Amino acid sequence: MASEPDVDQPDPVLEIVGVCKQFTGVHALRDVSMTLRAGQVHALIGENGAGKSTLIKVATGAYTADSGEIRLNGRLVTFGSPLAAQHAGISTIYQEINLVPLMSVARNLYLNREPRRFGLIDSAAMKRDARRVLREFGVDVNPGRPLRELGLGAQQMVAIARAVQLDAQVVIMDEPTSSLERREVETLFGVIERLRDHGIAIIYVSHRLDELFRICDRVTVMRDGRVVHESAMSAVDRLRLVSLMLGRDMAEVTRLGSTAFSADREIQDAPVLRATALTSRRGLAEVSVDVRPGEVVGLGGLLGAGRSETVRAIVGALKTESGSVEIDGATVRRNSTPAAIKAGVVLLPEDRKSEGIIPNLSVRENIVLAALPRISWAGLLNRSKQDEIVDYFIKRLQIKASSPDQQVSELSGGNQQKVMLARSLCLNPKVLLLDEPTRGIDVGAKAEVQAVIDELAKDGLAVVLISSELEELIEGSARVVVLKDGHVVGELRGDDVTEDALMSALAAAPTSAGLVDD
Amino acid sequence: MTDVARRREAPDKDRVLTLLQDYGVYAAVVLLVAIDTAVGSNFLSVSNLRVQIFAAVPILIVALGMALVIGTEGIDLSVGAVIALAAAVIPLYLGYGVWVSIAIALAAGAVSGVIAGGLVAFGRVQPIVATLALMIGLRGFAVILNGATAKTVTNSTVVNLGVGDLLGVPQMAWVAAVLVAVVAFLVHRTTFGRQLRAVGDNRAASALAGLPVRRVLIIVYVVSGVFAAIAGILIVGYGGYADPANYGLNYELSAITAVVVGGTPLTGGKVRVLGTVAGAVFMQLISATLIQHNIKASYEQIVEAAIIIGAVYAARGRAGR
Amino acid sequence: MSTPNAIGTATTALDGGETAKSSGAGRGERLAAFVQDQGGLTVLVIVFIAACIFSNGFASTNNFESILVGNAYTSLLALGMTFVIITGGIDLSVGSVFALGGVLAGWGTHHGGTPVAVLLPLAAGLAIGAVQGLLIARARLAPFIVTLAGLLFARGLLQAISNEGSTTYQVPKHSSFTALGDGTLRPILTAVVLFIVGAVLLVRTRFGQALFALGGNQNAATLMGLPVVRTKVLVYMLSGLLACGAGMLNASRLGSGVTNLGVGYELTAIAAVIIGGTLLTGGAGSVTGTAAGVLLLAVITNLIGVHLSKYGSSASDLVNGAFLAVVVLIQTLISRRRLLA
Repeated sequence: MASEPDVDQPDPVLEIVGVCKQFTGVHALRDVSMTLRAGQVHALIGENGAGKSTLIKVATGAYTADSGEIRLNGRLVTFGSPLAAQHAGISTIYQEINLVPLMSVARNLYLNREPRRFGLIDSAAMKRDARRVLREFGVDVNPGRPLRELGLGAQQMVAIARAVQLDAQVVIMDEPTSSLERREVETLFGVIERLRDHGIAIIYVSHRLDELFRICDRVTVMRDGRVVHESAMSAVDRLRLVSLMLGRDMAEVTRLGSTAFSADREIQDAPVLRATALTSRRGLAEVSVDVRPGEVVGLGGLLGAGRSETVRAIVGALKTESGSVEIDGATVRRNSTPAAIKAGVVLLPEDRKSEGIIPNLSVRENIVLAALPRISWAGLLNRSKQDEIVDYFIKRLQIKASSPDQQVSELSGGNQQKVMLARSLCLNPKVLLLDEPTRGIDVGAKAEVQAVIDELAKDGLAVVLISSELEELIEGSARVVVLKDGHVVGELRGDDVTEDALMSALAAAPTSAGLVDD
Repeated sequence: MTDVARRREAPDKDRVLTLLQDYGVYAAVVLLVAIDTAVGSNFLSVSNLRVQIFAAVPILIVALGMALVIGTEGIDLSVGAVIALAAAVIPLYLGYGVWVSIAIALAAGAVSGVIAGGLVAFGRVQPIVATLALMIGLRGFAVILNGATAKTVTNSTVVNLGVGDLLGVPQMAWVAAVLVAVVAFLVHRTTFGRQLRAVGDNRAASALAGLPVRRVLIIVYVVSGVFAAIAGILIVGYGGYADPANYGLNYELSAITAVVVGGTPLTGGKVRVLGTVAGAVFMQLISATLIQHNIKASYEQIVEAAIIIGAVYAARGRAGR
Repeated sequence: MSTPNAIGTATTALDGGETAKSSGAGRGERLAAFVQDQGGLTVLVIVFIAACIFSNGFASTNNFESILVGNAYTSLLALGMTFVIITGGIDLSVGSVFALGGVLAGWGTHHGGTPVAVLLPLAAGLAIGAVQGLLIARARLAPFIVTLAGLLFARGLLQAISNEGSTTYQVPKHSSFTALGDGTLRPILTAVVLFIVGAVLLVRTRFGQALFALGGNQNAATLMGLPVVRTKVLVYMLSGLLACGAGMLNASRLGSGVTNLGVGYELTAIAAVIIGGTLLTGGAGSVTGTAAGVLLLAVITNLIGVHLSKYGSSASDLVNGAFLAVVVLIQTLISRRRLLA
């Protein structure tokens, strides 16, 4: 517990004092205290499962604490629901944008507190006000349009505008930037600074350490349901934060580096994957990517640049109108995932929950799912072959499950991701497409997954890597193909694979640039 | 994290629910049989058992197909109309030979399944709407084919399927037994069964894993259609006439009830074959028990309603996750 | 409402139009939106005009009257269904509840007269809706299954009241109850007024907005403080009220509580709602669309009755079924295009 005396600290707005929360047998929060002051941005960090979300839920009334108290402006409060907390001035912006996509922007902004005339909703006033308010948040749209037609960033801004409109004294932001582009992040930071200037206290939850140092004044680190550190943001450095979160020795963190990728691998000459001029109405224009055995090729670009679209097009999950995919020189039938898999290309999708795991199937069933036809005869299941494969991968990837029969939905995110990886690998792929392979999994599992990717590449697998974390992308890739607006706008190779080079490639290249700049 | 917490919140209650969901329906069947045997002297008589079989088998067969569809997170409201269609087809083509007419009736069920499956798999229409359209349309078609009045069917093969015996057991029961075995085998021992559950649990993920999602969906609706047609043929045989205007009414509801009571969740990803059998038997036993005690049909419906609610309530514990 | 000017203008402007990536998508999108929202109405107008031109006997005041009066009360089932489907639910019980309303009204005229005949069905509709709503909202059972049980329950109750359907309660001659729903203008006006009220309720009240929010994103609705449970219970009560009330009015018109009415009415209601552009997945829909859907199905049934009378209702079933399939297919394809555009 590092803490310094309160010198020149503004008044506390929200005080969480000695809060405990237990779910039968599991201590989710143990004696957690946190003080939030007016006009401060307070970072709340920790690994998945450290207790951050439970703490937020207690603070906003979604859960009731077993013991401890919450004070708002010095007064003891208990919130029965998030709504009650909202009324008291605590607004929360969740990671997934919690608005109604089919409803209009204005209606989303004013839902449940619409301006009324003669008892009926005054739509005209609502739209007018909505337009004005949103402009102030840098969103200039027709408020009558359905929310879903807006970009994610603009949607996030609508959510924030809504939250702030509710006379908020405290705004809690749970991973607000996870779906934002860099430009949108800047806008968000602008808004946060203004909120801070007007005395609003902000809890900022994020895994992105860079952001914390840019925007936060104070930081609270949680681990295993406890607060393990609290100080001014400027009083700690990155390395220390990581070691606090992990509960590991600083030296160990230094030695291991922040990713588990090794520097060099042997790369062969002839490409195994040759995707040529993939074009799709859904956001791809003549995208070409080659990958050689043993090579990890990163796809760089901002959200919406066409990274996910590219890998999905390669496995036939995104409909392309033209272009071709060749594996070892043989053309793969377009727009057919089974054909792509048969040819040896497998995709590990970005959204593990909705596109990856089959939640009610067991670990075993999930692992062999795609490979079933290969290990079956005449459509009959072969138990012993399944077991052989499953046992191998559980050992190889160190999947932590009580048994292969455990439902996959009961595993942690990291282990689910390993199950997904196992499913891909038991197809013996020649090319592995990884879309955000470490998103949302804890730091330990992340390193393990990275190490596996590294090993696979060393064994001669061709890998395409997409990652929003620049660090992971840069350290993991031997080459980075840069995308923008569905076009390939550049390529970094060799010593040019650096964060700076990627930034400038993203910033500089105009959309209409030629394909590859070599 | 919160999931873990919730799961650990009430392990005992959870276990009871799980047991109830897994074995409750079998226990209920045994209990009802015991009560009926104890109270009514002739419950286990051959003649009474035959009556129960004739009443339960068509719904059971339809429910088997329905269970597969529900396993893919679908629903098939068209089964009652397919029964009517099969019933209309039989007398129409008996002139070409009984097996020809049976084959055409089965084919009609298959075609209906292809349409429903096609709409669901390729059109991505919601199953409830796709099969609702078929439910409305097919019965109209069946009545047009047959004409408004019922037609007598005297062909011995068809009639025997409905009322005849084989080795002392109704032929109908043999048909049901074979179909149960086939479906159980499909679900538990084949890649198709595994793929079916995967598609029902998470269609997007199944597609990305390269599973033949569309094929699975279409096959499932085709099986449901064919099974409904089989039920239709049996009903024609049992009744001795074809009456498409009235055959199979509400069968979709009875079949869904049997499946749900049998412990297959409507949310897909799981198929309980024996549970479905028990569910169909259970619903028939309820009806028989009430009749035995001279309880009016109106109360039977009310009891049925309560059972459906009870069954889904019990299933809620796990399906809700 | 207090902080906005305090915030000032953020640094970079975000254009909201991320999705309008490819040029030309705008027009296609607008067309798709139009077909989705107004498709039912458009087809209704086309069919209506074609029928007026090509069909002898269609375009007559008598025929129009019979279409409108014949569908006035059953259209109320579709109205209630619209609200339910917008929340992402479904109400399969409305056909049975409709019949129950009629029987209760008939029974009421003999047991206490007009006040009972009117109030008893309304109360029953509300009660059945409340129970269904609670099971769905509180116990979180699937609407499909709960209302399926409701269908059986209401039908069972109706038969219990009518001695297994053998007793039909005739409304006594000269009973003031007959005046409630009889005639030509009264049914039509009742339906029109209720549809207008329904439209206002949906678009211009917080309750209506809550329905959309629930169907569009229930999590968000909860977090935004909408009364989720209450809204859900209310919507099933509303549907039950409309269905039972419609049955009651229908009994007044027919002069008796017919027991075997209403079978399959829930399906027609659902079909009308969907043809009217309301998404079965919830979150979008309109009362005007439902009105168009009801009229469209009614016109088709009427046309078939006029021209293919030898097949009776089966032919219109066939056409309506095919029609529903086509409409839904188009709707699904369009909404998919819109989502991915």
